[in-house]
Order: sequence, then C-alpha cells, then structure tokens
Amino acid sequence: MSSMYVARNPRVAARGLGGEMMIMSGRDSTLFTLNKTATILWQSADGETPLDEIVTRKICSEFDVDPKEALQDAESLARELASHEILQVSETPILPGHSGAEKSK
Amino acid sequence: MTEAVPLNLVIEIGGMPVRVNTTDAGFIAILQDRYAGFIGRSERPEIEFDIEISSSRVPNPDEDVRVTQQNGRWTLRRGDFRAEWEPARRRGWIRQTANPYSIDAVLRIVHTLVLAKQGGFLLHSASAIRNGKALLFAGVSEAGKTTISRLAPPDVTLLTDEISYVRKQNGGYAAYGTPFTGELAKLGENVSAPVSTLFLLSKGPENLIEPVAPADAARSLLANLLFFAEDEELVQATFHSAFEFVSRVPVRRLTFFPDSRVWELIG
Repeated sequence: MSSMYVARNPRVAARGLGGEMMIMSGRDSTLFTLNKTATILWQSADGETPLDEIVTRKICSEFDVDPKEALQDAESLARELASHEILQVSETPILPGHSGAEKSK
Repeated sequence: MTEAVPLNLVIEIGGMPVRVNTTDAGFIAILQDRYAGFIGRSERPEIEFDIEISSSRVPNPDEDVRVTQQNGRWTLRRGDFRAEWEPARRRGWIRQTANPYSIDAVLRIVHTLVLAKQGGFLLHSASAIRNGKALLFAGVSEAGKTTISRLAPPDVTLLTDEISYVRKQNGGYAAYGTPFTGELAKLGENVSAPVSTLFLLSKGPENLIEPVAPADAARSLLANLLFFAEDEELVQATFHSAFEFVSRVPVRRLTFFPDSRVWELIG
C-alpha cells in the first residue's frame, strides 16, 4: 500500500478564529469552514509527513477512533479538500512551492 | 461642421476623485444629477476614465459581470458596458450606453479594487453617523437596511441605505457616505466618521442586541462584502481584511421590530 502526502495549497487564504478554521478559495472566493478533523489535517499538511502518520499521531490521539477507519476517512477527506483546491494530494512528498496538479492516489 | 467639445466631471466617493471625460453633454448632465453631492473639483484625480457613449443596443444585456486582470490592466465587462483600467497610468476607458447604472457599476468595481489593496471594502450595509461615530447595518436583501435607515431620527446622518464605503484609517476604520442607494433612493451625505460598531441586521418581534462569536462575525462580514475580481491576490487580501476588521470593530446582532424605538436601543 502506497503512502499519501498532503500539502496546503498556498493559493488559498486561511485564518483560524474562535477555534474555527476558515479558508477562502483564491480562484472563486468560495468560503469553507473546516471541522475539527479537517482543521487538524490542514494544519498538519506539510507535504512531507505521510497521511497515515498524521492520522496516527494527530487524529487517533485526539479522537477515540479505529486507526484503519480513521485513515480511510482521512483519505476521503483529503481528496474532497483537494477537489476544492484547498489541499494538494500526492503519492510522493510535495516540495514547498510546488503548486501544480499532483498525481492523485 | 463643429467638433465635439470634451467635457469632464470629477466624481469623488470615499475621498477618491475620479474624473470622467466625455463629449456627450447630455450624459454629463445625467451624471451631475446622479452624483449630486459627490461632484469634486480635484485637479489631480486618482483615476481618469474616457467614456464612449454608444447608441447601439448592447449585444448581451444579461451577461454577468466579469473583472479580470492581465499585465497590470483590469478588464471590466457586463452586458451593458465594457471598461479597461490601468492603475499604473491612472487611466482607463468605459464604453456604455447613456445609462447611469452602467458607470455606477464601473465605479463600484473600481472602488472595491482600490480599497482591497488598502485594507478597506464596500459592504452590503446601511450606514449612518450618530454622535460622531459611524454605525454599519449589514444584511442581505430584506434584512432591513432601508427600514433602519428610514427609521433614523433627525440627529442621525445617513451615509447610505445600501452600500457602505469602509476605509482603513488612523489605526481603525472610517465609513464614508456613498451615492449608492437602495430602496430609499436617497443619496448618502458625503461625509465620514470612525466606525464604532457593525450590526448584523434581521427583523423580529422585538428589539434585541446580542454578541456575535468572532468566527460568525467574520463569516457574516465576508458574506456581505462586495467583491467582483477574479484575482487570487486581491481575494486573499480582502479575506484577511475582513478578519482584521472584526478583530478591531465590535460586531453585534441587531434584531429589530420596525418602528422608531430601535434607535433608542442603538443609542
């Protein structure tokens, strides 16, 4: 099973306020409010840490969830955020400043 | 045969003089009437537009507005107008029919672009000055912007019942009067004051002012901003401006029953 890497899209604007993370697409000005899991994923999406490690270290330690199920949910969430161009998703580490389309898993 | 005489007019909204040049005397008269109270005299306008009045029917009157930028040149287009503007040269042109609503739209768009660079914005809200402070009343259509404006007592100076002009100023924010009107169809006063409170409006059975969580305040402000440009840099700038505004200006939810007592509560 190959790894998935996620990176924040530098072309969006993001702010955390009152415990909520809000993100606006620079492309079409759509505003997204992330839930707690999505916020953890966004904050951890450095392009270098594999998603399964993010899930184990940041999500499973925060929520009482089955690790395998949590990883499936995280992959699904990452793809959804990527479809809105909030995250970049790749099978290989994502270099800083690389904002091109990534090879999706 | 006589040559058309160039005519011009300076329209000053939010303290920013914009000169428009045209050879159409009738259109100048329309603008003098439309922007009464906002006609300036500046010899050094921030922007200058040459207006070409077209008598032909527009090809697609229902076309949505599009605002794009390439190589430092903004292109503005809607069914009833085409315009270009180069900020570096401070010049542009507008091609439209002799309809003041077209240039009105161009001016709104240009002001949003200028303000976005400076941390300000245009907001769907009524605004008014009382006791030297500006109050903003934001809301979607039917939320009560015109109603709250109509109910204002005599000591209140109305800035607009539809679109507020908010400029970052002296470490805070100032609201300016605008000629952009809603149902009240009454131009705002061309004055300004520091913003003290943003109220999020809704009508209800009684008058009530409630606190608003910071994230809700930012979301509501963003939902009511006027912004047209397909431009990532300006979208990001406007997004961050909204957060900065709610971190500096109190935001309250104002539910009101539409009679004059609401202004006693506002104070």
